[in-house]
Amino acid sequence: MKQAGAQKETLKKVLRYVARHRLLMAGSVLCAALSVACTLYIPVLTGGVVDHILGPGRVDFAAVAAGLLRIGLIAAAGGIAQWLMKDLNNRAAYRVVRDVRADAFAKLSRLPLRYIDGHPAGEVVSRIVADVDQFSDGLLMGFTQLFTGVLTILGTLLFMLAVHPGITLVVVLVTPISLLAAAFIAHRTYSMFKLQSQVRGAQTGFMEEIITGQKVVQAFGQERKTLERFDELNTQLQKASLRAIFFSSITNPTTRFVNSLVYTGVGIVGALTVLSGGLTVGQLSAFLSYANQYTKPFNEISGVVTELQNALACAGRVFELIDEPARTPDAPDAVALNAAQGRVAIDDVCFAYQPERPLIEHFDLRVEPGQRVALVGPTGCGKTTVINLLMRFYDVDSGSIAVDGTDIRRITRQSLRANYGMVLQDTWLKSGTIRENIAFGRPEATPEEVVAAAKAAHAHSFISRLPQGYDTPVGEDGGSLSQGQKQLLCIARVMLHLPPMLILDEATSSIDTRTEMRIQRAFAKMMRGRTSFIVAHRLSTIRDADVILVMRDGHIVEQGDHATLLQKGGFYKELYESQFAGNLPFS
Amino acid sequence: MRKLLHYMKPYLKECILGPLFKLLEASFELLVPLVMAAVIDTGVGQGDRAYIYRMCLLLVGIGAVGLAWALTAQYFAAKASVGFCTRIRHAVFAHIQTLSFSQLDRAGASTLMTRMTSDINQVQSGTSLALRLLLRSPLVVFGAMLMAFTIDVQAALVFVGIIPLLAAVVFAVMLWTLPRYKQVQARLDRVLGVVRENLSGVRVIRAFGREDSEARRFNGENEALTRLQIFVGKVSALMNPVTYVLINLGTVALIWVGALRVQGGKITQGQVVALINYMALILTELIKLADLIINISRALACAGRVESVLEIPGGMELPSNGGAVGADGSVAFGDVCFGYDGAAGESLSHITFRAAAGETVGIIGGTGSGKTTLANLIPRFYDASTGRVLVGGQDVRDWPLETLRGRIAVVPQRAELFSGTVRENLLWGRADAEDADLWQALETAQAKDFVESAGGLDAPVAQGGRNFSGGQRQRLTIARALVRRPELLILDDSMSALDMATEAALRRALLALPQKPTLFIISQRAASILAADQIIVLEDGEAVGIGDHPTLLGSCQVYREIYESQFGGEGTA
Repeated sequence: MKQAGAQKETLKKVLRYVARHRLLMAGSVLCAALSVACTLYIPVLTGGVVDHILGPGRVDFAAVAAGLLRIGLIAAAGGIAQWLMKDLNNRAAYRVVRDVRADAFAKLSRLPLRYIDGHPAGEVVSRIVADVDQFSDGLLMGFTQLFTGVLTILGTLLFMLAVHPGITLVVVLVTPISLLAAAFIAHRTYSMFKLQSQVRGAQTGFMEEIITGQKVVQAFGQERKTLERFDELNTQLQKASLRAIFFSSITNPTTRFVNSLVYTGVGIVGALTVLSGGLTVGQLSAFLSYANQYTKPFNEISGVVTELQNALACAGRVFELIDEPARTPDAPDAVALNAAQGRVAIDDVCFAYQPERPLIEHFDLRVEPGQRVALVGPTGCGKTTVINLLMRFYDVDSGSIAVDGTDIRRITRQSLRANYGMVLQDTWLKSGTIRENIAFGRPEATPEEVVAAAKAAHAHSFISRLPQGYDTPVGEDGGSLSQGQKQLLCIARVMLHLPPMLILDEATSSIDTRTEMRIQRAFAKMMRGRTSFIVAHRLSTIRDADVILVMRDGHIVEQGDHATLLQKGGFYKELYESQFAGNLPFS
Repeated sequence: MRKLLHYMKPYLKECILGPLFKLLEASFELLVPLVMAAVIDTGVGQGDRAYIYRMCLLLVGIGAVGLAWALTAQYFAAKASVGFCTRIRHAVFAHIQTLSFSQLDRAGASTLMTRMTSDINQVQSGTSLALRLLLRSPLVVFGAMLMAFTIDVQAALVFVGIIPLLAAVVFAVMLWTLPRYKQVQARLDRVLGVVRENLSGVRVIRAFGREDSEARRFNGENEALTRLQIFVGKVSALMNPVTYVLINLGTVALIWVGALRVQGGKITQGQVVALINYMALILTELIKLADLIINISRALACAGRVESVLEIPGGMELPSNGGAVGADGSVAFGDVCFGYDGAAGESLSHITFRAAAGETVGIIGGTGSGKTTLANLIPRFYDASTGRVLVGGQDVRDWPLETLRGRIAVVPQRAELFSGTVRENLLWGRADAEDADLWQALETAQAKDFVESAGGLDAPVAQGGRNFSGGQRQRLTIARALVRRPELLILDDSMSALDMATEAALRRALLALPQKPTLFIISQRAASILAADQIIVLEDGEAVGIGDHPTLLGSCQVYREIYESQFGGEGTA
């Protein structure tokens, strides 16, 4: 029941999308009607012509020629109508799909990060790409066959009634058998199809994981084991598919058999009627071809219904994504933050990714414009989370964060983020050229500015050594560049558009220290007068910070500058000294 | 396609029997108009009611036998197409497992995924359709023509004229659409690429406020896909109407000829009806054929894409004689050079060094200096372009690959885990390890505490290990390597996400391992490799210094600079 309700909901949503293209749909229905009418009219004409061909010497050639001319014209009209209908259907279906996909993607950029972090990327991708694709197939087939099917059934009924109501009754009485048979089979196969898509889902999940982690698989010589596991799923899928496909494929022959019964019935009754003089031979021939055409759509419609169900299921998954609650929109009175001074105040902030595992509790911090703030502490202590909150990737659970005295929830996200320059440990690059990547934050930058930024980030020398220099394409996920090279590009990206505040989250973790030293100098220049937040494991890189926050389990345990903290002899000193402990061959 | 057909071999029997039964069914269908003609001419003409009943009974019989044969055909077709694609899926997956790292770099995971899923699914439905219907339609068409000949030769010539025209239309549309469907799939790939990228780069995109321009990019790709789909659809939609018109023109010609023949007393009125019925039969068959051909064109396009994965040449040449196994965990490089495919210069040039079993070797150098490349040559992830890499005194190209990699454990830069439990992930190291071994490895890797608090060895690991932090993932991947008790352990900058205290403790534990593996530590931090027996300093792919810490401090300018950049000004050393 609940499932049926959900399906209805989905259908409503689909119809809303379809309604946007109602002109196309109306045209399509019109053309479908026209094409069906032509198709149905032709047997009448043919039957009429045959009645003028009675026997040797009894052929009325003038009447035959007139009839044939009419057949030709009607066929041409029908053909054109058919083509127009298909084209209109294509346009409507593909545009509906385009709209759904665009909405899904638009949603993606408004989803809270909590959702994106919490769902495997492959799953979201398959919703926007594979599910939408399946949906488009179903929709297209539905449009084309449902309209013509229903119209054909209605049309043939009318024509048959016009020719002979009695025989029509025979046809109408026998056809439900074909529907019953189709419904029976469809009902039985539904669960088989469900099983098939379950197994398929499991297999896809497994593949996604193994293929993305392929190098590790090979490094640990797990090829055979993963292949075994894959084959297990593959065999399961084979069994499930075979059952589903075979049992669903018996629908067609079965209904065709029922149709042949209809045909035979018409034959008997028709022939007897001709004998008793109620029908001409030409009419009988027309009737026979109607009987043929009348039953066919039932066949198709039963197929369309399964296809549509599948399409609706896929559409449902896409709509789930589209209907996912968006992040809280910017407040209506939100202000745009222009060129912030960089005063940041964090007041009594609590935050947890999962409610049952509090991470940051009662966090307070005041940062004056231009100050350099370093966050240090063991892995998992909440350093990166603080960054997530500053950038408003996540909203605080309680307390507040203010920039220049304004709560960041009352600042537009776009302008808040535009005031931060961010370099993360995760070195994401988009596919495109090196130049496009550096100019990501400021696409209008001149080539000279791009080179200057690359030089400042010490990326210029390796870029010049690449085969196509700044126009070298960067593949999916950075491709062949090393982790460190990618990080240099990320730094250049920030160097190019220098916002008033900086966030460097392990910005140099993959860069060798010699290069890092030079970058640090560039950073130092960059940070002058800018409020900066630095997360680093290498404590050497943060010695010069104005404030060092030592974090542990979501709390600040120590706070002060390098000298003070060392003197204090607490957790910071312990961390700092452990850098060198146990490494020196001479200690 | 030819290469894929090979996977159909075990289903040869089904491939023949399926269409054969389908043909039997179709030929029975061809009898129906004849019987009907007899009903009209004999039954109605002579007023023989009994004859009408008999003939109609015959029609029901024909239908029933046709049903039985159709079901048999469906079964064989389903079995063959499902089996065929199961084998293809296996082959592609197995082939991906053999690809070398450089080939994997080039192919990209998202394309491989679409080929394994939606492309193969398309191939399956296409094959099943082809097996059931591809032979049937031409047979019905030609059968109808033959039957027409049995009725009247002159009238049948109309069929002879019209059928080549129909075939020309069908093939023209097919030839035109086939490459376009490939383009459609390629466009779909690009849409998929944009979505993937936006998910993986969500933070950067939002930080730079580029949501709108990304949406524009997506809409551009989406629109291009839609336009192409509509365009291809427009042309392929021509097939049905054109054949429809052609057939009706054929009917017109047929009736005219029929009229002349009836006038001349050569055929009867009932036979004209039968001829028209045969023409109608061709029409319905061609409508089915049009749908079929659209599906098959798509399937062929997809098959080509699947095949292109299989055509990526297998990764490595393996020793033909079963190979020879080296003695121990010693490693030697003899004048090794290496360049990545398509890269301009060499990534490693003329590297020579020797590390005895049980030694610790540090590799240090600038970003992109070739550290990872060097390490990747040891387990033969890539083959050296020139020179020799020896493990245990034996050239790695002579080792059986599996044995070689079984002796070596690598902890890669990117910490990747697989969904399952902590235990399942650790067992990758060695399948028969006991729980005690696992705990010991976790302890050495400094991962015991957080695994315990996460719920022990049965703690779940989400896809990619995303339920653990970066540092925790790195430690789990180290533990996974330790479980193997390797003779050779390679840590490729795999402690970068650890804080100093944890890293130091981990390093101490590694050095104290009882089985004393040969240890390669790649790092950016001088502190991580100071204690190594031997340090290789790389710069732009060349070894600019090899020796221990004190030697290098004295002799190697690059090393001194690295060291001083990290320890200088503090005077810690």
